[in-house]
Amino acid sequence: MYKDNKSPYLFLLPYIAVFSLFIIVPVAMAIILSFTNFNTVEIPEFIGILNYINLLTQDEIFMQYVLPNTVLFAMIVGPGGYVLSFLLAWSLAQLTPLPRMVLALIFYSPSMTQGVAMAVVWKVIFSGNQAGYANSLLMQWGVITEPLIWLQDTRFILLIMIIVALWSSMGVGFLAMLAGVLNVDESLYEAGAIDGIKNRLQELIYITIPSMKPQMLFGAVMAIVGTFSTGAIGVELTGANPTPGYAGQLIVNHIEDYGFIRFEMGYAAALSVVLLLIIYLFSYVSKKLFSES
Amino acid sequence: MAFKGNGINPKKFHKDQLKFYLFLIPFAIFMLLPILFIINHALKPLDELYAFPPRFFVDKPILDNFRNLFDLANTSGIPLSRYIFNSLLVTVAVVFLSVFISSLAGYVLSKKHFRGKHTIFEINNAALMFVPIAVTIPRFLTVSYLGIEDTYFAHILPLIAMPVGLFLIKQFIDQIPNSLIEAAVIDGASNFKIYWKIILPLIKPAIATASILAFQLVWNDLETSTLFTTSESMRTLAFFMNTLAADTNVVVGQGMAAAAALIMFIPNLILFIILQSKVMNTMSHSGLK
Repeated sequence: MYKDNKSPYLFLLPYIAVFSLFIIVPVAMAIILSFTNFNTVEIPEFIGILNYINLLTQDEIFMQYVLPNTVLFAMIVGPGGYVLSFLLAWSLAQLTPLPRMVLALIFYSPSMTQGVAMAVVWKVIFSGNQAGYANSLLMQWGVITEPLIWLQDTRFILLIMIIVALWSSMGVGFLAMLAGVLNVDESLYEAGAIDGIKNRLQELIYITIPSMKPQMLFGAVMAIVGTFSTGAIGVELTGANPTPGYAGQLIVNHIEDYGFIRFEMGYAAALSVVLLLIIYLFSYVSKKLFSES
Repeated sequence: MAFKGNGINPKKFHKDQLKFYLFLIPFAIFMLLPILFIINHALKPLDELYAFPPRFFVDKPILDNFRNLFDLANTSGIPLSRYIFNSLLVTVAVVFLSVFISSLAGYVLSKKHFRGKHTIFEINNAALMFVPIAVTIPRFLTVSYLGIEDTYFAHILPLIAMPVGLFLIKQFIDQIPNSLIEAAVIDGASNFKIYWKIILPLIKPAIATASILAFQLVWNDLETSTLFTTSESMRTLAFFMNTLAADTNVVVGQGMAAAAALIMFIPNLILFIILQSKVMNTMSHSGLK
């Protein structure tokens, strides 16, 4: 390495320019707009923390449906999908290369479509008449007698969203963790065996996980991003925003509802800030768990 | 007795591995079923789509659904080729530009000393958790303020900054020995020449990985078509296919929507199969400290 004064900045310039414009500026703008009343036509009017006060005290739908839904969805799909991808990656690492590659491809493939693009499949499978696959199968088995209108039924919407999100959750993080398990130094296992490691579970807890913490953290961050990016799936599946009875309404949908349907951009921005804080909180917890420093 | 040997990355099959298959296969089936389903559904003739009780596998595969899809696009005024052209143009541009600017930045972040280097990398790491969908409104306002609404720039520019791509490329460059670069400096190579002739050829796996991630992002993206464009002829294939999926109550529509989902899915799959060994290679360096 050697010193050079200007060219590093020149090399960084294009990335930093687009990064600032489409990542930093929007986040900053969301924070600023969240303190205003803005309907896209008139100039934003500064109203202090009124949006946040309204969010906490006036928005019954947010408190009653949106927040609990989001927390439930994120808690199951985030940590659930994460633990599942780790277990799958770890199990895959115990196999010989060819079957491992084939199975890894199968697990990874749903995430290529980012879930949302595959809404059509799930709409057909959970279609509400007796010709729908889920209905037809359950009726044949005698579990139900009447066809259920899955995607309009407030009891099932969130459940189906969670299934779809879990289905598409083996993404980049899963691949990183698979590579992480495969790259653990073999001599560590030999040393572990001498030190009295008795079974695979001990091996997993005392050797594998500690030596792949960086990949575990990367996987966790990717799981968080994946979870909140699939947040729009409820609207895709039910075909309506708000979702029937708000049963599948997540913060992402609530933002869109206020921003692009009611044009209350200031309030929508406050919701965005809350969502960003939730995402940050999840990342913070994962960093505490897996960070090496 | 000490626990003998590790089972990680075995060379040969051993009956010990059976229990892992027992755990993995049911999941594999669950993951695979929806994909098998769209393949079968897309190839079903009309009478099989109407069949009651519904059947999973196609009996007499036929390409009618694909033909109907093309016809539908044509009758709606904008030929499918226009959406395909838009998607290809936007995808190629985003993949190329995003990898180019990420590798430029990754090179200096990894191999140079300069003020603000660590801060920039830390900010990028924090942005790994950036979810564009959380700030759609400010992004929309940014695009309209820049005046690039309804142009190809509106599809391309918002997507080319990919924190994950930069992160993976930078981590990969970290393991290139500094001596290689020092030797080139002694030979009088310029910075750009070092980047072009030494770094780029050595980081092909990371380039492949960043490309595939960028491809998946832009190929499936609905945000830019939904929010940043107003005229139908500027929208992408993903958007068009998604409008079909929105109306799947009609049985004919279901077949077409499945065909559409398949068309969207296949390029992802092929690209990943071709590049999978490079992706796994890059992922070994993906650790986040």
